[in-house]
Amino acid sequence: MDFDFTDEQNMVRDGISRLIREQYDFDTRRKVVASESGWRPELWAQLAELGMLAAPFSEEDGGFGGATEAMIIMEEFGKGLAVEPFIPSVVCAGGALKHGGNDAQREEYIGGIISGEMIFAFAYAEPRGRYDLANLETTAKADGGDYVLNGHKAVVIGAPWATHLVVTARTSGGQTDKDGVSVFIVDKAAQGVSTRDYATVDGRRASEVYFENVKVSGDALIGDAGNGLPLIEKVVDEATAAVCAEAVGAMKVTNATTLDYSRQRKQFGTPIGSFQVLQHRMADMLMEYEQSVSMCYLATIKLDEDDATRKKNVSAAKVRIGQAGRFIGQSAIQTHGGMGMTDELAVGSYFKRLSIIEGEFGSVDHHMRRHIALTAG
Amino acid sequence: MNLEFTEEEKAFRAEVREFIENNYPENIGTRGVQDDLSPEDMLAWHKILGKKGWSTPAWPKEYGGTDWTPTQRYIWSEENARKNTVMPLPFGVAMVAPVIYTFGNEEQKAQHLPGIRSGEVWWCQGYSEPGAGSDLASLKTTAVRDGDDYIINGQKTWTTLAQHADWGFFLCRTDQDAPKPQMGISFILVDMKTPGIEVRPIKLIDGGYEVNEVWLTDVRVPATNLIGEENKGWTYAKFLLAHERSGIAGVARSKRGVEQLKEIAASELLDGKPLIEDMGFAQKISQLEIDLSALEITELRTLAGEQAGKGPGPESSLLKVKGTEIQQRLTELTLEAVGHYGAPDFRSFPDDGSNDFPIGPDYAHHAAPTYFNMRKTSIYGGSNEIQRNIITKMILGL
Repeated sequence: MDFDFTDEQNMVRDGISRLIREQYDFDTRRKVVASESGWRPELWAQLAELGMLAAPFSEEDGGFGGATEAMIIMEEFGKGLAVEPFIPSVVCAGGALKHGGNDAQREEYIGGIISGEMIFAFAYAEPRGRYDLANLETTAKADGGDYVLNGHKAVVIGAPWATHLVVTARTSGGQTDKDGVSVFIVDKAAQGVSTRDYATVDGRRASEVYFENVKVSGDALIGDAGNGLPLIEKVVDEATAAVCAEAVGAMKVTNATTLDYSRQRKQFGTPIGSFQVLQHRMADMLMEYEQSVSMCYLATIKLDEDDATRKKNVSAAKVRIGQAGRFIGQSAIQTHGGMGMTDELAVGSYFKRLSIIEGEFGSVDHHMRRHIALTAG
Repeated sequence: MNLEFTEEEKAFRAEVREFIENNYPENIGTRGVQDDLSPEDMLAWHKILGKKGWSTPAWPKEYGGTDWTPTQRYIWSEENARKNTVMPLPFGVAMVAPVIYTFGNEEQKAQHLPGIRSGEVWWCQGYSEPGAGSDLASLKTTAVRDGDDYIINGQKTWTTLAQHADWGFFLCRTDQDAPKPQMGISFILVDMKTPGIEVRPIKLIDGGYEVNEVWLTDVRVPATNLIGEENKGWTYAKFLLAHERSGIAGVARSKRGVEQLKEIAASELLDGKPLIEDMGFAQKISQLEIDLSALEITELRTLAGEQAGKGPGPESSLLKVKGTEIQQRLTELTLEAVGHYGAPDFRSFPDDGSNDFPIGPDYAHHAAPTYFNMRKTSIYGGSNEIQRNIITKMILGL
């Protein structure tokens, strides 16, 4: 038992942390978020150059690590509120390919992800499916050796920047059947793919993605037709662990910012940090943060175990971190008083990101239900 | 980063599991359900462990510690929780002993440590006073030097199990004029049979007599019973409190408690179906289990830090707050789960020496008293509010 990182992992953290610190201060982020494209392609190229986009892949896929590396990177992303699509492209699409792709797909697409030339978005959510990964109205009909996709994917994060999509679609069965889910690689430029792009409240970009008779070849299918649900569940669990790490990074900065503000802000002739009611709230914020770090580690460590163990621990982590993120975010705004309500301070952006993370890859209630199903009795 | 035990640790686990299986006395606390644990029962396992050399794992090896790693100690507490053993009381082993072997002289070590290790000598803690609770440094019990003795006068309270104690460690004021109240306090060992000591049990809300008032009137104690230097007692007391808090998380016991709660919730019926299938109640259990996972990993992170040479620091305050919140929540949910049979007072039934409770399920009759009793956990050992003050000062730096 240990909670140590390898030298290589420490190097990943140092590299990403320096990059974020030096090139992603809050004013820069504000400008990036407000810019037309809404992200920094040149930073993505730098991440590729530093090898960060290869970090969660095995050596045979051209990488050097796994889930712990993804955790480290996302924790640092969370500290700087970086908006770049590491989770959609590297963790989600990369995860679907590394766990389900054949040799040719891995070579072509994981290679593209690692080099930064291909950017993927993960089109799995649907307007009426909520967090049920099998509840799919999008269909893929076999047509000779090809498939024809029709449907509508909701709030596809990073899609405006993507060159490719990983898409879930139903190849057979009823709308919520566990069987019949298939996973496809789709070129975003393919005929019949259209998007409506927009900004999200936490500074990212997303799209509604529509498929109208989009023809893909059989080579685009990841894994076996109709058997995609276990793969997608695993990928979403890995993404959940990664977003938990992002939350942990964001919470750390939120707490530090709040503590700092409580030292500077004076009322009744004294720093507000001298008031016990605020001190105890900040002590609670610290405890929530430490428990979140623990759950983030636990989820990451358990990702490669059997399905039930993985799901139970990922859900436990998402519940705990969802709750902690809400408490820390709200407490930070409250402690900042009126200044917390302004768009001027960074704390509001951290609060907003934490608020949206709470619902990403499943809300507290969703993961609580999954935890109950796996542990009761 | 990994949570696996090494092969040596797994072998160790097998060894202690087997030892507990083969040596834990089966008849502890089973002489009739109405009985509270007898003093003999409370010491039985301690004495067995003393003979084995396992009663004081956390001590330095030279004083009889086992030299186990923090991970081994964690395994030890897990295995004991599995069997629900009655562990050695903390007052000797975990509280006064570290003070004695850290700050005491050779005579004191030789006189006291063997009895603590073997379980022959029962210790109690004379800290709190009626006017000095969270503000412990305001204590008023005095020790006045008289030749080779101290004369102690005052009143202590909340003294756990003092009715059985052979010895006590007391904080006494030895300098009335010290510039700060913390600077005039001394740490003195007192033989509880000394004339002038009166122990008066206090009945608690759970119906038991766990704590006492201890009245000291002209109690004459040899000055050689002073630990360390006169007026430095506060330093030793703070050191002791940090030791008391490590291990206070009680993770292993709470894990077992969650399993028991689930068994109860599987037996109790709601609308004809097991209570555990009710989404509302199932959610409460899952929340508890999740919070406990977080605490467990946080404790393991602290242990890993200790293994790397960091002593117990202010993070033990976090373990205390979260650990006691979970212990309390567990007893709340257990009382909730048992329904009607939470109400009967098991002490009101005549003691016929039988182990069968005359009414209701066996798991129900201790639910309410246990819930009442566990309210103490957020009050003792430095209340949870005091722990937040410690976090504020030591970690946040405010």
